[in-house]
This record gives sequence, C-alpha cells and structure tokens, in this order.
Amino acid sequence: MSDLTSLYQEIILEHYRKPRNFGALDDPSFEAAGHNPLCGDRVKVSLKVDDQGKVSEVGFEGAGCAISTASASLMTESIKGKSLQEARELFSRFRDMVTGKNEVGDHDLGKLEALAGVRDLPIRVKCATLAWHTLQAAIQGEAEPVSTE
Amino acid sequence: MSVEVASQKTVPDAAPQGLDVRAVRLDFPALHQEIHGHPLVYLDNAASAQKPQAVIDALVKGYSKSYSNVHRGVHTLSQRATDDYEQARSTARAFLGAEKDEEIVFVRGTSEAINLVAWSFARPRLGPGDQVLISHMEHHSNIVPWQMVCEDSGAELVVAPIDDRGQLDLEAFKTLLSAKTKMVSLVHISNALGTINPVKEVVAAAHEKGIPVMLDGAQAAPHGAVDVQALGCDFYAISSHKLFGPTGIGALYGRYEHLESMRPYQGGGEMIRYVSFDKTEYNVPPHRFEAGTPNIVGAIGMAAAMDYVTGLGFAEIVTHEAALLDYAHQRLSAIPQVRLIGTAEHKASVVSFTIDGAHPHDIGTILDHQGIAVRAGHHCAQPIMDRFGLPATARASFAFYNTLDEVDRLADGVGKVIDMFC
Repeated sequence: MSDLTSLYQEIILEHYRKPRNFGALDDPSFEAAGHNPLCGDRVKVSLKVDDQGKVSEVGFEGAGCAISTASASLMTESIKGKSLQEARELFSRFRDMVTGKNEVGDHDLGKLEALAGVRDLPIRVKCATLAWHTLQAAIQGEAEPVSTE
Repeated sequence: MSVEVASQKTVPDAAPQGLDVRAVRLDFPALHQEIHGHPLVYLDNAASAQKPQAVIDALVKGYSKSYSNVHRGVHTLSQRATDDYEQARSTARAFLGAEKDEEIVFVRGTSEAINLVAWSFARPRLGPGDQVLISHMEHHSNIVPWQMVCEDSGAELVVAPIDDRGQLDLEAFKTLLSAKTKMVSLVHISNALGTINPVKEVVAAAHEKGIPVMLDGAQAAPHGAVDVQALGCDFYAISSHKLFGPTGIGALYGRYEHLESMRPYQGGGEMIRYVSFDKTEYNVPPHRFEAGTPNIVGAIGMAAAMDYVTGLGFAEIVTHEAALLDYAHQRLSAIPQVRLIGTAEHKASVVSFTIDGAHPHDIGTILDHQGIAVRAGHHCAQPIMDRFGLPATARASFAFYNTLDEVDRLADGVGKVIDMFC
C-alpha cells in the first residue's frame, strides 16, 4: 500500500474533503465546462482577470473523485495572481509531470507535485487534468463542454 | 440443464454435488497471479470473464492443427475448419436451447447482434408513429441501435420504468405495449444492477399483442442455463467473452422464419448464392448474415467455453453464485457507509455499490492496490446512473470461480477505503 499513500497524500485527501475556491463566480471573465466520459465526472471552471491581465478570482464546481477534485482545488490556488499565459505554461508543466515526461522533482510545481503519483496510473491522468483542460477551454473561449476523451 | 435463469434463487430439487471451486480455479491460469503484491481477486466478470485452459487450448489447436478458411476449399484443412466451425454452431444451438443450427448466427458479440436485428429485422417494419419499447435498465448497446433505427424511420423509442430496487415495473411495461409497438428489446440480466428480468412474462405479454421480442442475454448466459424455446423469445444475443470464451465472437439466436424474412446486414462473400452485376441472390440463413471470412477459431473457442460451463453444470453454478451474492450483500450491507445499488428480489451475482465520501474511481484504485479488480464507472448504462442520481458506482461481479474468502477480501478492502476517506 506504500505507492497508494504516495498517490493519496494527505494534502490530496485534505483538498478533496475541503476544496478551495469551490463555487461559480458571478460575472466571470471566462468560464467553461469539462466532462470525463470515462467516469461521468463534470467540472465547471470560471475566472476573473484584473486590468493587469492577472487572474484575480477563480472558482470551480462539480462532483468528482479525490484526484480530480484535489487537482481542481490545487489548480485554483496555483493560478491566482498569474497571467493567462503563465497559467497555460503551468498546465503544460503539470501535464508533463502527471504523464511522466519529466523526472519527479524537476517540476518546481510546489503543492501541485502532490499529484505526481498519478504518473504510475495512466487511467487516472484524465482525472488529474480535467480541471486544467477546462481552464484552458475557458481561456480559449470554448462554447462546447470540453471532454477528456 | 434447462434451469431457467429466473429460478436463480431457488434450490433445485436434486441437490447438486456442489462445485469444487478449488479445482475449478486451477483451470484458469489468469487467476493465479499477484497484483500489487496481493493474490488477485478478480471481481470484474460482468465486464469480461477469465478463460479456462480448455478454451486457450481450443484456440491453439484451432490455429495450429486445423486452420483454413471455411465453406470454400476442397482440401482437407478447409474441410476440418468447416466441420469445427459448424460443430461450434451446433454447440451454440444446444447451449441456447434453439431448435435448429440454422437459427444461430455468429456475430462479433451482443452489440453486433442487436444492431443486426435492429437494421435487418426491425427497420423495414418501422415507420412514423411506430414505437420500439425498451427498459430503463438497458446497456447502451440495447439503447443506441434502437435510437438509430428510430431516427432513421421516424419511429419513437419508448422506455419502460424501473423501481427504486432496480426492478422492471412489469405493469407499466404491459401498459406501454400497444398497437403502435412494433418491437420489444429487453435485457435479461442487468449488467449494472444484477436484476433478473421476468423475461418469460414479458415475452408472453408482447406475443399476446403480436409484438416480437429480442432479449439481450450478455449477462444472463454466464449465470444460468438459457432455453430460448422455453422463453419463447424471437431473438436472443450473447457474447463469448463474458462466457469465459474469446473476445470478438458471439451468437445471435433468431427464429428461423424471422431470419428467412430478413434482409442481409452486410454484403460480401459467404452471404451470397449467386452474384452478377445485374442481381445478387442472397444465401440462406444463417450464412446470409455472415458476410466475409468469419471469426472461425473464435467460434470454436466459444464452443469450448460453452462445453466447459455446461460440464460444470448450471445447477451447481447457480447455487454457488447465490451463496456468493448473499454473503457479499451481508458483508457489504453491514458497513454503514456502503449503499447497495440494485436490490432486486431476483438478482444475479452482481453487486453495485457506492461509499459515502469516496468516489467510485478512488474505490477502484484503492481496491486494485489490494489486488482486487472491480469496475468503477457508469457501466455503459448512464440512464441507470441518472435514475439513481449517481455519476458512477463501484461494481463487484462474481463468477463461479470466486470464493467466499474473496468476498471477505472485498469487504476488508472496502473497509480500507473507508479508513482512508471517511
């Protein structure tokens, strides 16, 4: 069960039980819906951008597994105060981490590194990236819900 | 061996000897391995079942001793392959209780069988204002083909309701049978809930109004003897891979007069009698529906699986699986955070459940790390999930090779999920 505790680290369970920035924003600058057809999980991400072009507020809602909920919660914390371009770059590095493209520890992703254990479970990568794909769709102004498939 | 699946819970008159499960397990090489350092507990049988050595041997022999194309060559190997392939049809005929071999069409699986009946049998009989009746507990493969022919013909798909225990509302179902109903298609045993439907009554009620009935037997065939003549159905479909046989092969039973009346499903070799550019004369059933070189060795492997299961005896299988189901219900319902989804009075050994505070995907991963394979998801039956207001469930589905000890492993594993999450 040792690899299990590295997957379900305390920080992940804690964010699953008490997700941060949970809820939809009123009058968001960007919003989008995401869907993982494999498990039926759905998420909505909405954000506001200030006049400096930085993310000032971000919220998510939906019901999902521990990995997808914790990932969404950690994502909202990590992109606050960042520009949209910085948020995209963060997703790119996060995706490289969970798909195993980089060595663990090379990511400089802070708390997001708690999700590195997903790299050993390809089927769960979609759970970890659902909120991020949805964020990207929001920024790009996708009208249709984005799917992980 | 004509115990109906519907009598699953009743004890047969002649007490069976009982399965020697330890010996049976030795027939299945895949069961003897460790996953994440724990002996495998395979409880995903409703998705696909493991294969006995007899099936693996039949496939090896099929390819190494008697392989060639069927129904064409004059040489010895082609004759051997043809004999084995047609013998497999005969085995499938006996397994399903059909009257003649010509009523068995080899297909890729239950999905293809339903598509075949939807397009070749139902579609020409459907028009605007007509209805096709299914139930709320269907697998997507018994929903989508009917949606497609309804869309194409202007007919309407009507869905019979189920109750909170996951049972068909038989009275509502009967009320929905009308002069507009041109086809009924119903699952025999629900893959997501385990419910055994009263298919004999359904067939009788539909036939009273002259409505043909197709039964999706994908989950029923592994759990009890099927007798299509006793059921009286018009079509019955099964998949080999859920019946301990190879993937990519299944059987469709169709009453011969129906098959004879039906247009081909696909065109190609084998399904014709005479071809010219002006006109093609189609072959007789079942070959009319088997265009192209078929899954020859797959059919032989499926027959080996049928022989294997029949050799164990369905009376013994039913008794053993009923004990597994009862014990699983008992152990899981003793855990306060567990909610069982699907508690029909007549039920096969499929246990869908949720845990308060833990998502099915996490349940699946944590059980897997203890060597326990279950399915987590919507089980290709999203309307059922919607009916119960759930995005997904975890599902443990038992086969005759599972043991009471494995039920304990499952319940203890669920306990660990709760320790982590709740």
